[in-house]
Amino acid sequence: MTPRFVEDVSALPTTGFGTRSLVWWGTLAFIAIEAMAFVLAVAAYFYLAFAGGESRWPPMHDPPDLWASTLFTVVLLASLWPNLWTKRQGEAESRRGSRIGLVVMSLFGIVLTGIRVLEWGTLNCRWDDSAYGSITWVLLGLHTLHLVTDLGDTLVLTALMFTRHAHGRRFSDVAENALYWNFVVLAWLPLCVVIYLVPRWI
Amino acid sequence: MSGHEDGPRDGRLDRLATERMLERTWATRPGLWGWFTTVDHKLIGWRYIVTAFVFFLLAGLGAVAMRLQLARPDSTLIGPDRYNQLFTMHGTTMMFLFAVPVMEAMAVTLVPLMVGTRNIAFPRLNAFSYWVYVFGGAMIWIAFMLNVGADTGWFSYVPLAGPEYSPGKRVDLWAQMITFTEVSALAVSVELIVTILKMRAPGMTLNRIPLFCWSMLVTSFMVMFAMPAVMLASSFLIMDRLVSTQFFNPAEGGSPLLWQHLFWFFGHPEVYIIFLPALGMVSSIVATFARRPVFGHMPMVLSLVATGFLGFGLWVHHMFATGLPQLGDAMFTAASMTIAIPSGIQIFCWIATLWDGRPVWRTPLLFVAGFIVIFVIGGLTGVMLAAVPLDLQVHDSYFVVAHFHYVLIGGAVFPLFGAVYYWFPKITGRLLSERLGRWNFWLFFIGFNVAFFPMHLLGLWGMPRRVYTYPGGLGWDLGNLIASGGTLLLVLGALVFLANVWNSLRHGAIARDNPWDASTLEWATGSPPPPYNFRHIPVVTGREPLWEERASLPVVTGLRIDIRELLTTSVVDAAPEVREPSPAPSIWPLLSAIALTGLFIGSVFTPWAVVWGAIPLSVALIGWFWPKGGAGRRDPLEE
Repeated sequence: MTPRFVEDVSALPTTGFGTRSLVWWGTLAFIAIEAMAFVLAVAAYFYLAFAGGESRWPPMHDPPDLWASTLFTVVLLASLWPNLWTKRQGEAESRRGSRIGLVVMSLFGIVLTGIRVLEWGTLNCRWDDSAYGSITWVLLGLHTLHLVTDLGDTLVLTALMFTRHAHGRRFSDVAENALYWNFVVLAWLPLCVVIYLVPRWI
Repeated sequence: MSGHEDGPRDGRLDRLATERMLERTWATRPGLWGWFTTVDHKLIGWRYIVTAFVFFLLAGLGAVAMRLQLARPDSTLIGPDRYNQLFTMHGTTMMFLFAVPVMEAMAVTLVPLMVGTRNIAFPRLNAFSYWVYVFGGAMIWIAFMLNVGADTGWFSYVPLAGPEYSPGKRVDLWAQMITFTEVSALAVSVELIVTILKMRAPGMTLNRIPLFCWSMLVTSFMVMFAMPAVMLASSFLIMDRLVSTQFFNPAEGGSPLLWQHLFWFFGHPEVYIIFLPALGMVSSIVATFARRPVFGHMPMVLSLVATGFLGFGLWVHHMFATGLPQLGDAMFTAASMTIAIPSGIQIFCWIATLWDGRPVWRTPLLFVAGFIVIFVIGGLTGVMLAAVPLDLQVHDSYFVVAHFHYVLIGGAVFPLFGAVYYWFPKITGRLLSERLGRWNFWLFFIGFNVAFFPMHLLGLWGMPRRVYTYPGGLGWDLGNLIASGGTLLLVLGALVFLANVWNSLRHGAIARDNPWDASTLEWATGSPPPPYNFRHIPVVTGREPLWEERASLPVVTGLRIDIRELLTTSVVDAAPEVREPSPAPSIWPLLSAIALTGLFIGSVFTPWAVVWGAIPLSVALIGWFWPKGGAGRRDPLEE
């Protein structure tokens, strides 16, 4: 068909943040998918606890110890502050700020992964003891998967920000990486309650 | 950004120069390298469609084998073990490797054209999703040919599928096939959601989105929230089998019913994931061939959305025979009957459209008419099955087999064939033969009813599903023979279809841009469309853009044409926001898919494959996301 020019878009920017960024929407969609997986895993936990074959919960085990998870939770919550700061640096397109923020967040990720390794030792059950052990390991495993994946992302992005590629769209990547970390933090809170406190309550 | 604002823009060069430059920017390189690296949504979409049809034919041949076996009593053509693999492969392939992928494939091909943009969102993810899909499908079919085919039904109930009753690797391969196909379906859903929400042509406000795109938007959201359930379930299953977790082992506090809940929490929405895209296709075809917009656009959209929500409230009706509390049964009966309402609304809207329009009875519309007849019958038996007492009587009988084939073939395959006849000229540049199309339709329509209607009666007369043979003299002989005869008509119909495609690709009538005089944007460009889809991004002024703008097409100017650039717009009003760079071809999606395949197949044999397999996968993913471009050539993605 014959075109009829009605609008000129040449003045539009070539990058955007938040709802103006496609990657922001993609990140949000993947967060929704993963959140759904968490919700279903927690549902499976309660299904096994109440409709499975156990009369006690946890069966034959002590509930998980609290010290490692408490430490993990405190450090994780503390990471929110530098994370939000890093997000703002990205949005302000500050190369120096983004670099500092990403290095700090990488260190947080490494420390948290270390604490997580210790946490596995405090569960007081094995994955193959019972359905309780299986679902407890899976809940912690799912969160660990997200922790490690985001640490990997953050390390790569940190390296990237120290190369000549550190401009333009990389700043929205910084902001979206921080958005994903917020999800890793927030998803932990209900999981922590389910893994560590629910066995003490029911 | 600076220094890169001065590239050539569309609207500043003449038509030929613009097209030449766009072609250079967007074309896929010829040859094998181009084939492996392309990110063109049309090439990937067509590849997806062809692959899905190959799986459709394979699964169809499996059905033919089963019908040959069941044609007469006490048949010894196929033994019980082979038969178990056959019906499992048939169901698994039809659901996971054909029905969902083919619908997503149609959307991958059509949605970017329909919303008026140059490529799909996250085109490399799109390439990746295709490779993951084809590797997963190949894996399970190669396993079948090596006699390691899945054999516990397409829903693989535990404890049958658990470590105790299914030793060997058959079920593990099945469970990993689930992971492959769900990864690919989830990826496509994210692409489609972002494409539909953010990449619509300016002016295509929410209430001007074509119904097919609405149906794909709702479908994609359903995929996002349903597929995690089956991935979780199949992961639990593979862990129970491989590392001795106890999820489904009642002796250690596990529960076999947990499997059924998780599976059907996915499995029922799955039916609508297959069905909703088909509804979108029907709406496109009805509007074009009734020569008027679909009656009741708003109720149609609301029905799609309502179906999307209600679809998640039905799963327990697959579990009425498991002895759940009566209150639960009653609630799910009510929900199952409620979902008939939005389906009914849509049927009446199409009938009203045809009634008020001037229907042109070409092959696509014939398939729509076939859809309405068959689907309504399937819907009625569905309402019957929603009642617990009746469900308990015919549970696991051929009545259920008849019901879901009426719903799925009537509700999805007939619209799909209509859609193939409808969009074939857009995709290939040639029209399918109308004469062969009519033969195709009538062979399908008659063959289908001959094959599946007797199954209602066989079920009511007590014939159970999934039996490899039956003794003579139970009153089932004639019904089975007729059903098998109907299958042969269906085979004939499929052969006519293949002949039609084969012949039309060579000698079919050349299609113009808009051979049906349809109203949506995909018909505003060439048949087949050029690699860049549209010379200029169109501006939409109404719900049926090409019927509102017959003299000339309003378009925007000012996009770069020397780099891959497209336009993103706001979610509600579709106001232009960003000139968004679009990723160039890359080999890394293929390499990532190969690495992921290694990880998945390895993990069938050892849990450590997850650890070691993560290393090549990470390398491939870093390669994918690391910005490219040496000195003097900068990747537009960096801007």
